[in-house]
Amino acid sequence: MIQAASLLAAEEGANPLIPHTYELVVGGFAFFFVLFVVGKILTPRIQKTLVERTDAIEGGIKRAEDAQAEAQALLKQYKDQLSEARHEASRLREDAREQGAQIKVELREEAQAEARRLVEAAHLQIEADRQQAFAQLRTELGRLSIELAGRIVGESLEDEARQRRTVDRFLEELESSNAAVR
Amino acid sequence: MSTLTLLAPGDEFKPPGLELFDAAPIISGVAWFTKPVLLALLSSVIVIGFCWSAFGNPKLVPRGVQNVGEMGYMFVRDQVARPFLGKDADRWMGLLLSMFFLVWVWNLMGVIPVLQFPVASHIAFPIVLALSVYVLKIYLGVKHQGVIGYFKNMMFPPGLPKPIYVLLAPIELLSNMIIAPFTHAVRLFANMFAGHIILAFFSLVGFWFLFEKLTPLGAPLGVVGVVMTIAMTGFEMFIQFLQAFLFAMLAAMYIGNSLHADH
Repeated sequence: MIQAASLLAAEEGANPLIPHTYELVVGGFAFFFVLFVVGKILTPRIQKTLVERTDAIEGGIKRAEDAQAEAQALLKQYKDQLSEARHEASRLREDAREQGAQIKVELREEAQAEARRLVEAAHLQIEADRQQAFAQLRTELGRLSIELAGRIVGESLEDEARQRRTVDRFLEELESSNAAVR
Repeated sequence: MSTLTLLAPGDEFKPPGLELFDAAPIISGVAWFTKPVLLALLSSVIVIGFCWSAFGNPKLVPRGVQNVGEMGYMFVRDQVARPFLGKDADRWMGLLLSMFFLVWVWNLMGVIPVLQFPVASHIAFPIVLALSVYVLKIYLGVKHQGVIGYFKNMMFPPGLPKPIYVLLAPIELLSNMIIAPFTHAVRLFANMFAGHIILAFFSLVGFWFLFEKLTPLGAPLGVVGVVMTIAMTGFEMFIQFLQAFLFAMLAAMYIGNSLHADH
């Protein structure tokens, strides 16, 4: 170190703490040249790009979120529609079942009424037929009996009133015996 | 190389000294055109070339050099600018990025083979940068806080007992106006200066004891010198980066303090 120090002492301007003027100039030039190109021209460019990139990424995230929200809304809508449709279907099924039951009841009642009506009509018809047959039979029977009796007695029963009385009496007896049998 | 030829005639090992930093003109007759001058200019070209290829036509999706450049940009922005400048960070990124890259490349010149001379080990270069920051700092301080406000905020930070100011005011003035710019420049210079001497010393040990005067006793020492040269080169690269970072960080801190008195 002594040698170095003596070397330093020997040489003019070798003190490392004393700047050379030309180096100050060159250093200043080098620095301001870099500052101008890198600091003034290039840094704004990369800053602009970084801002744009941030925007692009944020925009992309925003768009994705929007799309997801939309999809969710759509899904919810579909689910709602589906459940609504299910409700509708079950309601319709219920209605149909009720209507079917009602229709069945109505048809049964109608059929029963019809059957009753038919039975009644038949009854009436039968009664009418019976009455008619009875009436016819009554006159026929009277005539036949008189004719038979006339033939047996050998004489014509001229007295109409007596004839009819006789016949009526006979028939009443017959009816009463009939009623007793019933 | 000049050091070795200088030392070769002697029989005794002489550690390298200040002569390491004597720069002879590259072209005889042009006194100012020396190695550090050439390297300083070359560094500017390298920084501009790199930055131009990285940021000249920046893409939204970065490719290649732009990725590397953006790593540097992000580092300066997140580690240097934002902690000290907050929302003003982007305005000062141009200055801080230029300063960081330039100082780093200046320093890296110390380990690049053949070139092997850290530009910042000549104090003129750190002085230019520190002085620029110093002028900017005072200009911004006066502009944003007023002449009186700037010195008042500097020397009389509120919230201290009155008698303290008798001691604090001159210390703050001295510290901010004289010591800060001085240390700003000298810190960078001294680190590079010392680093260069260390590297030169160990490589000279290796060269001397393995090539110049190869002896059985001296050879192991030469091996140690070579190993240490490699280790110290790695360490030096770390220091070079660290000093560039620190230099830009201090610049950001000074600017930040001038923009708004944060006491």
